[in-house]
Amino acid sequence: RRRADMFVIVGRSEPLYELELSGGSGASASGNLDQFIIHSALDMVDTALLQHTSLFLRTVDSFGEKFVSAYVTPSHVKFMLLHERNKNEDTIKAFFQEVQELFVKITLNPFYTYDTAITSKGFDDRVRALANRYLA
Amino acid sequence: MASRSAQRAGDVAWARTPKVNGELFALTYGAMVKRLVEDYTEIDEVNEQLEKMGYNIGIRLVDEFLAKAGLPPCQGFQETAEVIAKVAFRMFLGVAADVTSWNSEATAFSLLLADNPLAEFVELPRQYKTLCYSNVLCGVVRGALEMVSEEMRSLGLG
Repeated sequence: RRRADMFVIVGRSEPLYELELSGGSGASASGNLDQFIIHSALDMVDTALLQHTSLFLRTVDSFGEKFVSAYVTPSHVKFMLLHERNKNEDTIKAFFQEVQELFVKITLNPFYTYDTAITSKGFDDRVRALANRYLA
Repeated sequence: MASRSAQRAGDVAWARTPKVNGELFALTYGAMVKRLVEDYTEIDEVNEQLEKMGYNIGIRLVDEFLAKAGLPPCQGFQETAEVIAKVAFRMFLGVAADVTSWNSEATAFSLLLADNPLAEFVELPRQYKTLCYSNVLCGVVRGALEMVSEEMRSLGLG
């Protein structure tokens, strides 16, 4: 089975960053479905936020065989991970935390406007490396 | 060697100066550069403004430096370069610079900062490729040297 994982960073109003973790070309139809799943899970994140006290919200939604895990930064930027089966939660949490460190560095760049798309290639490379390390 | 004693003088001066949080410093400078970039349409104008700001800082900073560092007058331009790089930069920026690329007449040199605290989190977007982000430093050196009556020109390289 092809693993069609996806990682999305969502700001206040729009996605800031997207990364497809599936190796090679998943069917583009399922690609759109992945984005749909993640965006519909955003409502679940808001609900979960009211219940949880910590930043890591674990699995907030599931759709068929896909699960969505979420992590919210203190500034309400949401990290969403779509994955196929329940991975080790600690691994996912560690991945989110490391991405958050990279994210903080990006926001400290004076030329980055908050809540806009992240276009830095360095960031992209490093998130890919983290994804390979934690989620492959 | 002159360089090593300059280094020691720099370390001593740095130890004596009051410190400020490095992140606050970098973020403040970054906010200022971003403001300038937004206010001026041409990047060259921004570079010029940064240099002018630096000049205003330099003409005042040199007196503080000479008072605090307590060094004897420099014997030549090469010694001046070492003092700027190892003592002054270390004292005010926290990191010493390296003096390199002397020209054949020994009238021009380059200051290399291996670790630039001003640009701590900065990633220049492609459209600002010609921006000399740390050009304020060039102005500081020019202002300082002018006050001790050495006319100079600098070619900032960000």
